[in-house]
Amino acid sequence: MDHGAPLSRRNLLLGAAAAFGVPALLTGCSSGPRPATGGASASGGLGTVTLGSNASDEVPKKSLATVLDSFHSAQVKVNTVDHNTFQENINRYLKGTPDDVFTWFAGYRMQFFAEQGLATDISDVWREIGGDYTQAFKDASTGTDGKQYFVPFTYYPWAVFYRKSLWQQKGYEPPRTLDEFTALARKMKADGLIPLAFADKDGWPAMGTFDIINMRTNGYDFHISLMGGKESWTDPRVRQVFDTWRGLMEYHQPAALGRTWQEAAQSLQQKKTGMYLLGMFVAQQFPENERDDLDFFTFPEINPAHGTDSIDAPIDGYMISAKAKNVDGAKALLKHLAQAAAQNVATGLDPGTLAASSKADTSGYSALQKRGAELVSKAAHIAQFLDRDTRPDFASTVMIPSLQSFVGKPGEIDSLLAGIEKQKATIFR
Amino acid sequence: MAVKTRRYSARDVTVLVIGLGVAIVVNVGLIWGPTLASVGLSGTDWNGIGPLDWVGGRNYADLAGAYPPFWSAIRNNLLWLGFLGLVATPFGLFCAVLLDRRLRLSRIYQSALYLPVVLSLAVVGFIAQLVYSSDYGVLNAVTGLSVDWLGDRSINIWVVMVAAGWRHVGYVMIIYLAGLKAVDPALKEAAAIDGASEAQTFFRVVFPTLRPINVIVLVITVIEALRAFDIVYAINRGRNGLELLSVLVTENIVGEASRIGFGSAIAVILLAISIGFIVTYLSQLFREER
Repeated sequence: MDHGAPLSRRNLLLGAAAAFGVPALLTGCSSGPRPATGGASASGGLGTVTLGSNASDEVPKKSLATVLDSFHSAQVKVNTVDHNTFQENINRYLKGTPDDVFTWFAGYRMQFFAEQGLATDISDVWREIGGDYTQAFKDASTGTDGKQYFVPFTYYPWAVFYRKSLWQQKGYEPPRTLDEFTALARKMKADGLIPLAFADKDGWPAMGTFDIINMRTNGYDFHISLMGGKESWTDPRVRQVFDTWRGLMEYHQPAALGRTWQEAAQSLQQKKTGMYLLGMFVAQQFPENERDDLDFFTFPEINPAHGTDSIDAPIDGYMISAKAKNVDGAKALLKHLAQAAAQNVATGLDPGTLAASSKADTSGYSALQKRGAELVSKAAHIAQFLDRDTRPDFASTVMIPSLQSFVGKPGEIDSLLAGIEKQKATIFR
Repeated sequence: MAVKTRRYSARDVTVLVIGLGVAIVVNVGLIWGPTLASVGLSGTDWNGIGPLDWVGGRNYADLAGAYPPFWSAIRNNLLWLGFLGLVATPFGLFCAVLLDRRLRLSRIYQSALYLPVVLSLAVVGFIAQLVYSSDYGVLNAVTGLSVDWLGDRSINIWVVMVAAGWRHVGYVMIIYLAGLKAVDPALKEAAAIDGASEAQTFFRVVFPTLRPINVIVLVITVIEALRAFDIVYAINRGRNGLELLSVLVTENIVGEASRIGFGSAIAVILLAISIGFIVTYLSQLFREER
């Protein structure tokens, strides 16, 4: 089949249009008749399905191509666009002439487009595949109107990572409560380690810390409602989150605003820091032969009412655009992508991800992947990470500068929260 | 003398329409059109998809009252202008004067100072990270300090301006050097015969003859300060103390945020500041010509 063509005419035009900052052209250049896929090895009965993919990196791209090789009901034509370009032009892409199926993220980012009528309701697909997913995954795929719009494919959890060898040598134990966590951090400090690796030069890593402290303190429902703009940022409950975080600041790696997450991850690898709250992709910074030394625990309990029932685990998956031409073929493709076998192909090729389906075969997982799957299966609620759970403009133009200013000056909480609330009011109107 | 009435032939008119028409279309389409569109959009809350809702001056009120990065950006743009104008440019002139005295190895100094100019500012941004990074940077490694040069918002703008100035100095130096070569040596000789000191010769005789060069350098300096973007974007996407107006425009308009109305309002502010300088410069220029 002709999927995964490195440079199709559309991609070239799409890339050119994005590069020259004329995204309006997007609507025009993709309206021509689609070239027929030639030399297809399997001709399904459902015609051709187009798939808009942001899997521009080598590993994800290869894994998608492999997954599609086993799909025979229709021909799939993949249009791969650079990951960031795809994301930045999503509004105009969906408004113009989108592909039948496109890669996207679960949660608010999905609901935002579903609400504007840019996605096709796939509740009928979910009646077939629903048994393969836990409730948390179904919730993350459901729009505000109660219908499903998204099929989860892979995901990766956020947790506190550490090196087993270092911890065994020093006799550290994973903490279960905030007090134990603080005590452990204090002990590490006494042992000459920096307890918590931390970096926020890119602006988004600190969001993970905020998310988890908020969910542990106030629960998943409050967190999502806060992200939806329905709660006040000057609420004492939000203040409590920042107070707790400020209490932990002395254990964070200093000078975080000048450091990238890769550098912080290297400090963990070099045993200069004791632990690091990050997504499972932290493993990328470890050499192959040291990855088995990497382990994690979920962020400890803060409020017994919520325990450790929620985590951040951003889910990647697929949606059908509202303007899809071949809806039947697109739905057949989504059913294929929902299969455990398809997802296992992806997790085998990309060890930083986990299969979303609960029927997936975990025997081929690395030790870290197995632990990750276990962690998520225990979580009652899965959040999608701050920048996926709220409006993109709020996340990028308000939360990034605000969290950075907190990291720089943890003492000025009240004025910071008043500032966020004021800006929130200008965005969530 | 009677005024001679002119008649244009059909051919003249065609040439006129094509010649003038193309220029007008290009000018309106590429300069005035987008400018006026930005001004118009700055009064709406358009998000790139939905309908255009007129909100009047609300974007400007939000900008001034509820958007902390805006004031930091204004401050940084002014600092940038001040630093380039009052520190980097005079230093470039100083280097040019020294090199003009045909020191030994002056070719080498000249090349060394001019070298950064061939680098794009984005590349200077990457070099700056290698120098200033708190964990692996050269500066901390050599001095033994552990300062977070790029992360600490009270100092990062200064060190970044030094990096930008490093490039600007070479640029200004080469322009002044060309100007100095063109100064008639007879003037300096005459001044020396009249008993003027070195400094007097420079400030009273040489510098005034450099006036056309000064105007060019001034314009370059102002343009460089207002269009600064790539270096901070390469370092940390223009956040956390490195905000600049140009970055805020991009941050709001391009990307998923799509706050096109709000971003346009920032662009209009940048336009207003630029126009201030342009008008001053042009009126100065026209006054001279008269």
